[in-house]
Amino acid sequence: MSNLVTNVGHAHDLDHGHDDHHHDSGEMTIFGFWLYLMTDCILFASIFAVYAVLVNNVAGGPSGHDIFELPYVLGETALLLFSSITYGFAMLALFKGKKNQVLGWLGMTFLFGAGFIGMEINEFHVLIAEGYGPSRSGFLSGFFTLVGTHGLHVTSGLIWMAIMMYQVQKNGLTATNKTRLSCLSLFWHFLDVVWICVFTVVYLMGTM
Amino acid sequence: MLGKLSWEAVPFHEPIVMITIAMIALGGLAVFAAITYFKKWTYLWSEWLTSVDHKKIGVMYIIVAMIMLLRGFADAIMMRTQLAMATEGSPGYLPPEHYDQIFTAHGVIMIIFMAMPFFTGLMNLAVPLQIGARDVAYPFLNSLSFWLLVSGVVLINLSLGVGEFAKTGWVAYPPLSGLQYSPGVGMDYYIWALQLSGLGTTLTGVNFLATVLKMRTPGMKLMDMPIFTWTCTWANVLIVASFPILTATLALLTLDRYMDFHIFTNELGGNPMMYVNLFWAWGHPEVYILILPAFGIFSEVISTFSGKKLFGHHSMIYASGAISILGFMVWLHHFFTMGSGASVNAFFGLATMLISIPTGVKLFNWLFTIYQGRLRFTSQVLWTLGFMVTFAIGGMTGVLLAIPGADFVLHNSLFVIAHFHNVIIGGAVFGYIAGFSFYFPKAFGFKLHEGWGKAAFWFWISGFFVAFMPLYVLGFMGMTRRLNSSTNPEWVPYLYVALFGAVMIAIGIACQLIQLYVSVRDRKLPQNACEHGDPWNAHTLEWSTSSPPPFYNFAVLPKADCIDPFTEAKENGTAYKAPNRYEPIHMPNNTATGVVMGALLTVFGFAMIWHIWWLAIFGLVGTVVYFVIHAARDDQGYMVPVETIERIEAEQHKRLVAAKAIPATATRVETSLEQA
Repeated sequence: MSNLVTNVGHAHDLDHGHDDHHHDSGEMTIFGFWLYLMTDCILFASIFAVYAVLVNNVAGGPSGHDIFELPYVLGETALLLFSSITYGFAMLALFKGKKNQVLGWLGMTFLFGAGFIGMEINEFHVLIAEGYGPSRSGFLSGFFTLVGTHGLHVTSGLIWMAIMMYQVQKNGLTATNKTRLSCLSLFWHFLDVVWICVFTVVYLMGTM
Repeated sequence: MLGKLSWEAVPFHEPIVMITIAMIALGGLAVFAAITYFKKWTYLWSEWLTSVDHKKIGVMYIIVAMIMLLRGFADAIMMRTQLAMATEGSPGYLPPEHYDQIFTAHGVIMIIFMAMPFFTGLMNLAVPLQIGARDVAYPFLNSLSFWLLVSGVVLINLSLGVGEFAKTGWVAYPPLSGLQYSPGVGMDYYIWALQLSGLGTTLTGVNFLATVLKMRTPGMKLMDMPIFTWTCTWANVLIVASFPILTATLALLTLDRYMDFHIFTNELGGNPMMYVNLFWAWGHPEVYILILPAFGIFSEVISTFSGKKLFGHHSMIYASGAISILGFMVWLHHFFTMGSGASVNAFFGLATMLISIPTGVKLFNWLFTIYQGRLRFTSQVLWTLGFMVTFAIGGMTGVLLAIPGADFVLHNSLFVIAHFHNVIIGGAVFGYIAGFSFYFPKAFGFKLHEGWGKAAFWFWISGFFVAFMPLYVLGFMGMTRRLNSSTNPEWVPYLYVALFGAVMIAIGIACQLIQLYVSVRDRKLPQNACEHGDPWNAHTLEWSTSSPPPFYNFAVLPKADCIDPFTEAKENGTAYKAPNRYEPIHMPNNTATGVVMGALLTVFGFAMIWHIWWLAIFGLVGTVVYFVIHAARDDQGYMVPVETIERIEAEQHKRLVAAKAIPATATRVETSLEQA
């Protein structure tokens, strides 16, 4: 039998969602952010594919073997990976409801991330100064595009993090801030995973 | 200060363009004056432009789509006229550089700015209602998506009067679309119009996937979702999986054009063929994004007007899924001639042919739904039957083109043009028009005039055959696409016939405009009004609420425990039962953020096109800052008080009694669904 108006028997189906509206919409936001991250993943996949096609098109210029400095990149990588750990601690503090700890860990994450970006900008600067900018060859175009896209993502993450720190400072660990910090957490770890792929595909395979 | 922009960008010396601009300006002025005269600006702003209501956003999407249909069709009829005139050495009336912009604009507009918003509008209108939800998962994001589309629309229309549009064809292959061969702003208009609207589409895909996965009314299983919702869901899966490829590809082309990168260039190690691969890795799924929702509409129409359950509901879902997945594995058939080798071509040819199997499943499902039903020959059904015949022919020419050997002969010929118009007009467009008149009463509370609708159908379908069958023949005779004049006297009669067909389609479109006028004029007539909500005796939940639905859609979330819950409820006599008390409903507030961000991003796009860097920075930073301020407000929406719901539902009760859908003495039922 069907009845277009739901009756008593089904009331508990929705209890959870309506008891705690914020919690419910927060879950939905995080789910949607996941979906967005998957689209971002495909964006990166496309650029990885482009890099793979262009990697040998050095057009008489340098190859990865000639220009990559693994120890330097390892330092960059360490900064980014540490920033993921510190963000993890920020989330743990968030679940414990300790505002100042959250801010402290976020601040540390921000510094690690900013350090990563600083090192990357320096790497780009050195390459361009040596005449190995993106205009030099298909390979370098692909390299700057892939690493630069990741760098732009990290930079957006840093801006977002700064705004969140201000928001937490001002409003405390509200439901909204918790949701947004969770989304940023997903974003930050996602960028870490992408960087692992960049490190492997671009730098390790490039210097082998 | 103003980058490349100067008065020379306005084509004063081209009378056709200037007359068009004058007409648009006069029309715009008239609309502006009318809104001011009737003092409707506040209404427009607060009820529509800033609305986050999926129904209103859906209506706005469809309005944009229809305006762009007129623009795209104007391009089409200009091209057909040119080709009928420019034969045997005559130059015709359109110079080559103008003609090239027209065929590019026609393709971009019809795909990106007509078909996409039409599908998105119908999805917005129907899907949340079909699954018994009160809105989409992220109402603000939905508004932003719409305004991103409008940004693209504004840019592509600006290109008409300020500068030029791309002359590359809608696929914009490099190196032609690179800086060396397309130094003008036309390509940049193309890039930014597509980039902004594509971003909106990606967000729409995310939004509607979350909506169907998280917002279904209690009891509705995934496999019980109505078929239109399901085909839209598959289309959304395709959107989130394919539109990022377009975003990346356009961004890479941007780098080539703006920052001297060598990704798609001919020299210094760039690879133009990679663009072609990437473009179609998005572009082929894109055509399934267009056609799948149309399949859904046909399914709803056929099952409603046959008075039967859809035959093979589950097989329809699986067939749509199979089409979606296969749709990602066939992109190379757009360029068999590139030289990937026999084995690769054979794989993609076979994968392409395989798609006809799930499509065939669908066709038989529709036929079996009609079988032993009582088919009512409404205009929507005519569009559906017309589609079944037309699309079958288009599908067969598609299978023919999927044979690499045949494609080597037919590649870039008018045969290809005929084929894809055959499936896009006969498939997607017929579906959207059927959906438009099917869902029109739901959006506005009155039906469209049937006579004019049927006249439109007959002109459209016969016009389609007269316009495009000659193109198949011309393709076999060796006429290639994108020609602006011809010298072969044997082609001439076919070109005349094709123009005649285009004129017939124009009459069909005129019938649709008259239909709209007549229907609005006669909206109060008893045979047209259907505010109680169920004009077609339909099966699914969207018809169980009033037309137009209240802003909260359902006073009480409906229960769904089978495929056609509304039909079942009507048969059991439990439809329209009101509960004995209502609970407050949580709804989102309207917001201007979508409009403002869309406007700022339009400024950003325009500035990027004309290399006005300070303005571009202003547009982009402004967008981000405005969004951050919006987010910091953290608007949690509001609760609709019970008294408001009681009042709105009492009106609906009166309408239902007047329509004899329920007896005046109808009792209320016990419910406690909305308890906090």
